[in-house]
Amino acid sequence: MKVFAFVLVIVTGIMLVVTAADFPAWGDAHSPPNQYLSTHYITQAEHETAVPNMVTAVLADYRGFDTMFETAVVFCAGLAIAAILGHEKKKRYVVRRKALPKTEEGDIIIRMATRFLVPVTQLFAMYVIAHGHHSPGGGFQGGVILAATFILMTLAFDLKTILGRFSEKMTLIWANVGLFIYAGIGVLCVLLGSRFLEYSALHKILPGTDEIMARSHSMLGVEIGVALTVMSMLFAIYAHLVSKGRLEDGL
Amino acid sequence: MSDVLTFIISRFNYWIYIVLMMIGLYAMIAKRNYVKKFIGMSIFQTAIILFYVSTGVKSGATIPILEHGHDIGHAAAAINPDHYANPLPHVLMLTAIVVGVATLGVALAVVQKVHDQYETIEEPEILFKLGQE
Repeated sequence: MKVFAFVLVIVTGIMLVVTAADFPAWGDAHSPPNQYLSTHYITQAEHETAVPNMVTAVLADYRGFDTMFETAVVFCAGLAIAAILGHEKKKRYVVRRKALPKTEEGDIIIRMATRFLVPVTQLFAMYVIAHGHHSPGGGFQGGVILAATFILMTLAFDLKTILGRFSEKMTLIWANVGLFIYAGIGVLCVLLGSRFLEYSALHKILPGTDEIMARSHSMLGVEIGVALTVMSMLFAIYAHLVSKGRLEDGL
Repeated sequence: MSDVLTFIISRFNYWIYIVLMMIGLYAMIAKRNYVKKFIGMSIFQTAIILFYVSTGVKSGATIPILEHGHDIGHAAAAINPDHYANPLPHVLMLTAIVVGVATLGVALAVVQKVHDQYETIEEPEILFKLGQE
């Protein structure tokens, strides 16, 4: 098996090396991937959507369907993990603590550092989401940072405490809400007489906007939806994986 | 000789992605531990991400965010596409990274179930136990 794999890898590698000659050289501004559509995105994204960050404009507007279903994939992955690892026992959270425990086993330095870090990191995550139009950032990145704060808390304290504050049910609800916001904005465009995810129709209900600014503002709504889904689903995936689905005590 | 060197240097991103991809492929085929297979899968994904992003690079270009983007009328004057990296590969790979994490989570969940049932994640041992039943 190892010999077969090695031969296969070498043969495939040689074929890829041969094809690499046909690929454009490093940094070639006029290579085929950098022509046509990408030129349009770079030169027109600002006029058409009022969003200087082209990545966000392409992600949330031009390729809105793609992003919506990628979010749905994350959602489905979270559901699948809950279905695979979930236990039938309903009564899981015996201890429901709202406040973080004062005296627990573990390192006090890590716990105190976490108390400082988590609010700052969450604030930064919201900045990343809200400012994704003008600087590097967006829903996926902000959602991942938010999920990271929850994971940091479960590492510093214990899983049960954090699930008392953000339970498995709540993760599912918030993931639903996020996807609902995304799809809802799309349906709203249809109701206002345009096509699905054609944000410019939303200027009729967004006060003080024209068709272009409506696209910019709707992108913010979409990014918030993505962030909610990614945050809650990544945390749910982590919580299930570290505890083998029992959601009692993790790492 | 210098032609060959120029050819090799001008395409070094492809050599790196090919090496990474082959490492991942080898791990997926040859390794018998499921978690090691997943590590190979992640390396494979990383190779693809590197490949996509490297096709969007332009020499001397900046990140795909317009400078002075707030004053629309001013920036609308002239935008040279050569000054900004290609945003499209970034968008595709941005979603690919998050979905990669989610699918890796599903894979690990399945492996946990496999471990529950067979008490091993080595493929030959699982096949051996399957043969015994």
